[in-house]
Amino acid sequence: MAMTKSTAPVRYRDGTAVVDLPAQIDATAERALNEAYATAAGHGSKTMLLNFGGVEFLSSTGIALIVGILARARKDGRAIRASGLSDHYREIFEITRLADFMKIYADESAALKGEGTK
Amino acid sequence: MISLTRTFRRVMGRDAEAATATPARATSRARILETPPIDIAPNDPILSYFHAGSGAVAIDELQLDSPAVRALRSAGVKLVVPLISQGELIGLLNLGRRLSDQDYSTDDRRLLEKLAAQASPAVRVAQLVREQEAEVRARERISQELRVAQLIQQQFLPKTLPDLPGWQIAAFYRAAAEIGGDFYDFITLPEGRIGLVVGDVTGHGVPAALVMATTRSVLRSEAPRLVAPGKVLERVNDFIHADIPENMFVTCLYAVLDPVTGALTYANAGHDLPFVRRGSEVVELRATGMPLGAMPGMKYEEREAVLGPGDVIVLHSDGLAEAHDPQRVMYGFPRMRKLIGELGTGHELIDGLLESLHAFTGPAWEQEDDITLVTLSRSTGRGETEHVLLEFEEPSAPGNERRIMDRVASSVRDIGLDPKQLERLKTAVSEAAMNAIEHGNRMDVELPVHVRVSVADGQLLVRIVDNGGGRDIPEPETPDLEAKLEGLQKPRGWGLFLIKNMVDDMRVHTTNMHHSIELVMKLDAKKGAGDGND
Repeated sequence: MAMTKSTAPVRYRDGTAVVDLPAQIDATAERALNEAYATAAGHGSKTMLLNFGGVEFLSSTGIALIVGILARARKDGRAIRASGLSDHYREIFEITRLADFMKIYADESAALKGEGTK
Repeated sequence: MISLTRTFRRVMGRDAEAATATPARATSRARILETPPIDIAPNDPILSYFHAGSGAVAIDELQLDSPAVRALRSAGVKLVVPLISQGELIGLLNLGRRLSDQDYSTDDRRLLEKLAAQASPAVRVAQLVREQEAEVRARERISQELRVAQLIQQQFLPKTLPDLPGWQIAAFYRAAAEIGGDFYDFITLPEGRIGLVVGDVTGHGVPAALVMATTRSVLRSEAPRLVAPGKVLERVNDFIHADIPENMFVTCLYAVLDPVTGALTYANAGHDLPFVRRGSEVVELRATGMPLGAMPGMKYEEREAVLGPGDVIVLHSDGLAEAHDPQRVMYGFPRMRKLIGELGTGHELIDGLLESLHAFTGPAWEQEDDITLVTLSRSTGRGETEHVLLEFEEPSAPGNERRIMDRVASSVRDIGLDPKQLERLKTAVSEAAMNAIEHGNRMDVELPVHVRVSVADGQLLVRIVDNGGGRDIPEPETPDLEAKLEGLQKPRGWGLFLIKNMVDDMRVHTTNMHHSIELVMKLDAKKGAGDGND
């Protein structure tokens, strides 16, 4: 499979940095995720929302990348939220206990309001 | 020394008298007509004249008691000029009486002898060409016959093996260059039973193939009706005895298996005894009976056996046991029996026997007879009876874990996984494939990742094999997420933990060469895999 260039553009809504994650979160996404975190941190956003809406494939390497972002955010005093997870990846977030360390919302608007944590 | 060529044996004579029978052409020089061919026996004394090489021979002057001379005279031949090529007598120039009715002069004879000397090599070449053509035609006929025999044989061998739950079935057939009459068959019987047939027709080629086809057809029609193996063979014997060519007969083992209980009833018409392996012990199943077609009205002893869990039965023809090495030593049944006790099941068992045969006979061996091997292995209940859905290899390139995942996912679309199970399987497969690519094969694109997807005993099995043998695989541990978040541990290390939580079981096996991981997913599980692992 050809390596496609992975990007994770950052948007800002209501003071939250929204990161639209790439379709494939594995080793190919490492650079894009690191850049997205740096961009959001540079912007001074205290809350970062990882939008999993377009994610088709998440590997254990991808989980490690999320763990890395979560570790940095804890150190930086930044809150991480997640939205748009499929049932399967939500289950994986529970099995891995990532769900214990970030709030998971059904969609972006719920996440921005900080309401209705699933 | 002059010898007599084969093609010379029949000589065309010429009948001058017969010219009168065609008055329309009476004035033509072609009033000489061909007579029926004259046979000259190899011991006819006239040949000594020709052998002497003394040129033209006047037939009327010969004082010989020779059938050939009499035949030549009655055909109106007056003068014979032998055609000799490279010391061989290859033909005769036969001349009737001269048109002038005068005797042949010395000049005539000299001219004819010169003509004979010049014509002989050309005649010989023509004869050789004709012999060559005849040989080619004969060879073509034989190979055509072999093709027909092969076609019949292939037509009547099973195209697929029966799918018996709890049993692993494997079969092998390889024809000898001169097709023998081996055959095997599986016959569906009432009440879920199955008929197992292995047989061998004496003789080769089309006749043996036809007898094989007939025997198989009669067996197929009688087996479901009569069921009892002894009765079936009795009926088949009487049926084929009426039509079988002389000196031809059929050895045949016929067994009826109840796959649920493992009960096996069998009868044997003079065929090689099947082997049954129980644990490490290998026994022969004996039952007496005459080959089919040898004599009418035969009775066949019927015996019973039970194939228990883990037991293996091997049905075979003599092509393997009666193979010879270059010193003409026979492979033999004891060697075969010993090996069956040591080998695995299914194709592993068959491959093992064939490898041993190959090592025994050496590479230059020309297969002497057809080889047929059929094995049935009863499951031990530990899931070794597999129905393979897909088997493939992918090079160890980054990203190929997704290709492997997609191929496995499409291979299982018809086995009734619910969407949740399918997603779990995909994650487990991609993780296992990534480990194989990254750790096992260290991203070496020359090394393939081997994948096999199968269903056995209500379980889906996905086996992923890499070349990372000889290294221990760590036990999957629950990662310490707090430590990772505190930066005390690396963020990685989720792969095996994820796999373990996605499937019902995960079996890891390492040899010196390979490392394999087998993912097990229960197909009938109401409760999804991974639950209860939190």
